[in-house]
Amino acid sequence: MDEKLNQLKINKNAKQIKAEIISNKKVGPYHHMVFAVGDIALSVRPGNFVAISVGGENSASILRRAFAIYRAIDKGLLGGTVELVVAPHGSGSKWLCSLNVGDFVDLIGPLGTAFGIPTTPANTMLIGGGYGSAPLFALAELLKNRGCRVDMVLGASTASKIYAPLEGKRSVSSLTLSTDDGTAGVHGQITESIPRLIREFNTEVIYSCGPMSMLSSINKIAQDFDLVHQCSVEESMACGIGVCMTCVVPVRVEDEIKMLRTCIDGPVMDGAKIIWDKESAIEAITK
Amino acid sequence: MSTLDFSTKIASKRFSNPIFTASGCASSGQELSQFFQLSEIGAVVTKSIMTKARNGRITPRMAETPSGMLNSIGLQGPGIDVFLERDIPWLVENNAKVIVSIAGENVDEYGVLARRLRSVQGISAIEVNISCPNVENRGQVFACHPDTASAAIESVRRNIGGELPIIAKLSPDVTDIVEIARSVINAGVDGLALINTLLGMVIDLNTMQPKLGGKTGGLSGPAIRPVAVRAIYQVHQMFPNTPIVGMGGVSNGRDALELVLAGASAVSVGTATFGDPTAVIKIRDELQMLLLERGFNDFRDAIGFAHRASS
Repeated sequence: MDEKLNQLKINKNAKQIKAEIISNKKVGPYHHMVFAVGDIALSVRPGNFVAISVGGENSASILRRAFAIYRAIDKGLLGGTVELVVAPHGSGSKWLCSLNVGDFVDLIGPLGTAFGIPTTPANTMLIGGGYGSAPLFALAELLKNRGCRVDMVLGASTASKIYAPLEGKRSVSSLTLSTDDGTAGVHGQITESIPRLIREFNTEVIYSCGPMSMLSSINKIAQDFDLVHQCSVEESMACGIGVCMTCVVPVRVEDEIKMLRTCIDGPVMDGAKIIWDKESAIEAITK
Repeated sequence: MSTLDFSTKIASKRFSNPIFTASGCASSGQELSQFFQLSEIGAVVTKSIMTKARNGRITPRMAETPSGMLNSIGLQGPGIDVFLERDIPWLVENNAKVIVSIAGENVDEYGVLARRLRSVQGISAIEVNISCPNVENRGQVFACHPDTASAAIESVRRNIGGELPIIAKLSPDVTDIVEIARSVINAGVDGLALINTLLGMVIDLNTMQPKLGGKTGGLSGPAIRPVAVRAIYQVHQMFPNTPIVGMGGVSNGRDALELVLAGASAVSVGTATFGDPTAVIKIRDELQMLLLERGFNDFRDAIGFAHRASS
């Protein structure tokens, strides 16, 4: 895309609002949270994220936290809503999970790029690690509506950490589970099953979301099979809106390597263009 | 209700209000324009621009700390050519007052950058960043020594011509910031920007290694505000006629007022913008209110008020 045109679109649909929590339910080790966001829901595309202030007014946590959107509904009973799947790992996400229905948070969204949709129906595989599966269900629904075959592969270290709600499964032609400890589905790392499934389903496009190490392994497989790979990447972010320059990843842009912001040029990026190997990345940016 | 003259001056240039962005915390300005009109704040201070495009440092580049954060960006940017062709025209078109921040790898590069900027329309001042902590060689932190600090400023002074005010951005990581301020004032600066980030480190207990890719990073946020207040107070006490653009952990109107009372003629907001894109607007409005509540009708009467003998 023309760089100048692209620049003019930075944060184009983003709004900063006080969003009321209208549901907060524990699902296994995660929290499924619903926020009333009004018009924001209208412009959400699968892959987008929101950035939320955490810790309350006098908090020592001064930075926003970014959360992939699980689902957005633009005209529910309570107006527009976005839903998140939050893992209470750090102090910020624990604080968010501890909030009650009726509490408000400072939320900015939608932010970032969305998953690209094939122009003609294709066989797609959606691969999610842990709660990284969250943004894939809305994507599955969209792909199915466009006539695509959708095969979903979800993995985690153990069964309880796979996030796969019933309602999310209805758009899927097949669902394969994989756990490192064998408590659900295939016993082993998620990436071990992928080559076999690609052959079985005649996959043409891969979408992935999860830890960077998983995305990197999937990218190798995608290259071996010569498949398009769109991945939602994760790098520590301070602002979520493109001003801090901390969340960058090294990406091949024509003949150059550029450090692109995952909040604006991502989180969804072309896996083939990312420099995954740390040593190569260091070499590329310091030469 | 009484009215307030909220304008301020840095050398010959007037700004409609004293709240600016801080260099490196507003990117090129376009990202924030979705959230407020850039013309509503006193000035946009750009990211420090260098002669060539630069990728900056490897990730992780960020570590959150109590009431602060470390960053290790390493001056990533498009270089002066693209900056002048793309970013400056956009800012001018959007009616932003622009202060261009520059950074060189050596003394000559500061001169080269100054020469490129001298005839550019729509710039209100030059911030000379001689204190970025995220460089490979500590010797590149010009602001750590009076001789190198003044050499960089002289290089800019020789090349800039008469019109544009020069603001030197100093580091608090020195034994005596007043001595550094004196050296750059003698070298011909019109103003000072106080303070840049403080050099810090976080160690990740999982890897048991420094968390940042660049190992060290610059500490910013409310945690450093008292350091900023002290530096501004000390320098203003010695050089009351040199305008100071104050910065360091300002996240609300009361913080901004504290820096003004210490001696700042304008206040830049940096890290607070990461947490809240409209922080600058809120801080501007709160500062205005606080000044009125204290009976000021001219912002400039509040500058350095803390130095007055208490009655």
